[in-house]
Amino acid sequence: MAGRPERRDDGTVDKRARSRGPETRGPQAYWTGLGDLLPPEKRPGRPRLRHQLGHWRTFRHPPESGPLRRGQQDRLLGGVAAGLAARTGMDVTVVRSVFVLAALASGFGAAAYVLAWLLVPVVGESNSMVSKALTDRRGIALAAGIGSLLVIVLLIASALGASWVGTLASPLLITVAGIVLIWRNAPADEQAMIRHFAEPLVDLAEGRIRLRLAWRGVIAGLLLVGGLAILVPEHQRQFLGALAGVALVIAAIVVVLGPWWLRIARDLVIERQARARAEERADMAARVHDSVLQTLALIQRRASDPHQVIQLARAQERELRSWLFDGRAPGSIDERGMTLAAGVRLIQQEVEAQHGIAIEAVTVGDCALDDSLTALLAAGREATVNAVKWSGASVVSLFAEVEPTEVSLFVRDRGRGFDPGAVPDDRKGLAESVHARMTRRGGSATVRSVQGEGTEVSLTMPRAAGERQPSRA
Amino acid sequence: MSTGDLSTGDLSTGGRAPGGDRPTVVIVDDHGLFRSGVRSELGDQVEVVGEASDIRPAIELIARVLPDVVLLDVHLPGGGGQDVVAATKSAHPQVRFLALSASDAPEDVIAVVRAGARGYVTKTISGADLVAAVHRIAAGDAVFSPRLAGFVLDAFAAEPASGSAAPSFDPEFDQLTAREREVLRLIARGYTYKEIARELFISVKTVESHVSSVLRKLQLSTRHQLTRWATERRLA
Repeated sequence: MAGRPERRDDGTVDKRARSRGPETRGPQAYWTGLGDLLPPEKRPGRPRLRHQLGHWRTFRHPPESGPLRRGQQDRLLGGVAAGLAARTGMDVTVVRSVFVLAALASGFGAAAYVLAWLLVPVVGESNSMVSKALTDRRGIALAAGIGSLLVIVLLIASALGASWVGTLASPLLITVAGIVLIWRNAPADEQAMIRHFAEPLVDLAEGRIRLRLAWRGVIAGLLLVGGLAILVPEHQRQFLGALAGVALVIAAIVVVLGPWWLRIARDLVIERQARARAEERADMAARVHDSVLQTLALIQRRASDPHQVIQLARAQERELRSWLFDGRAPGSIDERGMTLAAGVRLIQQEVEAQHGIAIEAVTVGDCALDDSLTALLAAGREATVNAVKWSGASVVSLFAEVEPTEVSLFVRDRGRGFDPGAVPDDRKGLAESVHARMTRRGGSATVRSVQGEGTEVSLTMPRAAGERQPSRA
Repeated sequence: MSTGDLSTGDLSTGGRAPGGDRPTVVIVDDHGLFRSGVRSELGDQVEVVGEASDIRPAIELIARVLPDVVLLDVHLPGGGGQDVVAATKSAHPQVRFLALSASDAPEDVIAVVRAGARGYVTKTISGADLVAAVHRIAAGDAVFSPRLAGFVLDAFAAEPASGSAAPSFDPEFDQLTAREREVLRLIARGYTYKEIARELFISVKTVESHVSSVLRKLQLSTRHQLTRWATERRLA
C-alpha cells in the first residue's frame, strides 16, 4: 500500500475497475486483482449472517435492471440461478428448484444451465466464456472427443433396448460438452470451484486402484460370459451371440478411436502439470517478494547504517539457506503443531523486530493451522509489513477471530492512507501476495483506505470443520 | 501498543466532563519513574492530587483525597491492584479506577476489572489517549483497550455448557448482545469510538453505553471462565 497522494472520497476500491478491460492497464490494473473489493454497503460482511438473511428473504424482491448476468456472491455452481433470480425478482431457491426438477425430468434443465453458464457473462464482465472457448482449439477437440465417446455408449445402450436413451441423449451431450468447455475456460475462481467438485473423481481415475479395478472388471466379465455360456440353455444361445457382436463392435471402436482418446487424456495431464508449475512459480514469486525483495528494500533504506545492513543481510542469508536446503519456506509459518494465535504472535514479534513499529495483536479464539490458515497468516503478515512500511503510523492493529465457519484477520493502521486506484502496476505487494494467496484457497481480501485516515485490510478464510478452542492468550 | 479506542476528539461529544473542570487523579504505581512520566504526560489536562507506590498507602491516600480517578497499576509489590479497588469501593463508590499494566495477561486484567475498575489500558498508551481515557472514566464511562475487548469476546464466546453452568446461568449477565459483540470486535480491530459510531450508524453515546453495559456484564457475570480467572486470583 503505497501512500500515493490522490484523493478518493469514499476510500473504497471500485469493483467495476475489474471490468474496465485491458485498455486501462494503468494504475488500476494493480488493484484489479483485488476483485472482491466492494463498496462498504455491499461488502460481504459475515457470511453466516448473510446466509440467515438469505434464508428468510421474502419470496419476491424487486428485479434488477440491466442485462442478465451470472451472480457471483451467492452462487452454488455457475451463479446462473442467482443471476436469474436477481434479474427476475424470483427467490433464488425457487429458480434453483426449477433447474433441478427440469434436470431430473428430462435432462434439459442441466443442459440449459450449462449453456447459460457458457453464454452469460459473470457480474461485472461484458464477455461470456464462449468467446474464449471458441479460440480454445484443444478444448473443442476434447469436448468433441468426449462427446463422440458418449454417443457410442448411448448407441450401444439403445441397441440393447434401453428406451430412456432417446430422451436423454441430446441434453446429456450438450451438458457434457458444455462442462468440458467451461472447465477449460472458466476464470480461475470458478475453476477452483469445479476442481473442488471434480478432485475426487480425477484422483480415482489417476490412482492405481482404478487400474486394478479395471483388470478385476475384465476378468470378472470374462468369467461371467463363460459362466453364462455354460448355464444358459441351448435355445437362448442366440442372445449371447448378439451380446458377443456388441462386444466386438465396442472393441473395434476402441481400436479405431482409442489412440485419439489416449492422446487427449495425455494432453489433459500435461496441461494439468503445466498449470501446477505456473501456480508453483506464482507461489515462489510471492515468497521471494516476501523475503528477499523486502530485505533488499530495507537495505536500501538503511544504507547509512552498515551495522543494520549487515544484520539484515545475515538474516536474509539464513532464511534463504533454510529455504533452499532445508525446504523451509521463508515467510511461511508452517511449524507443526502451531496454532493461529501463536502464528499471529509470531507475526507481531517478527515485524516488530524487523521494522521497529509496534504491532498491537488481539486474537479471539484459536485453532490448529492447516494449509489455508497458513496462507491466511502469510497474507496477514504481508499486509502488516505493508502497513508498517507505507502507512507512517506508529501502531498497526492486528485482530484475528476464529469462528466456527471462518477465520477473519484485520490489519488496520491509522496512517496516511492511499488511493487504491493510484497504486502503480509494478508493485506486486498486495495484488499477488495477499489477494492471490487468499483466493487460491477460497478466501477473500478487502482493502479499505481513506487518505489521511488510514487503511484496513480484511482477510477472511473459510474453515474446514473443526472445533473452536478458547484462546490461551 | 496504545488503546485505539480513545481519541481526544471524542471528548467534546461526550460532554460529561464539563469544560475547564479538570478531574482529580491519583497515580498508584511502584515505579517512581513511571509515575513522573505519567504525571508529565497528563500535563495540565487533569489535576494530579497524589501518588502512591503500594497497596496500604494507596488505600489511605485515596480515602483522604477522594480523587475522581485512580490510575492503578495491576501489579503492586504487596499484591494485585484489585485489592486497592476492593478496599475502597464500598466506602467510596464515587472514586473510579482505570487499570494500567505493562503486560496484559487476561487473568490480571479480568481480575482488576471484576473487582470494580472501569477500564483497562496498557502502559504504552500515548499521552493524549491516556488523558482521553481519564476523562472518559471520570465521566462514568468504561474504557476498553483492544486487548481487553478481545479477552471479553473470548470469555463470552462459547455457549455455557448446558449441564454444569445451567443453574447459575443468568442470560442478563452471561451473554453479550449481537450489537455489543460488534462494538467489541471493532474496538479489537483498533477503531475509535467515533469510528465505531460511524461504522455502525449509531451515536458515540450509544457506543459508550454498549461498552458500559459490557463492563457491567463483565463484573456481574458468573460465567465459568470469568469465575475461574477470578478464583485463580483469589477474588471469588
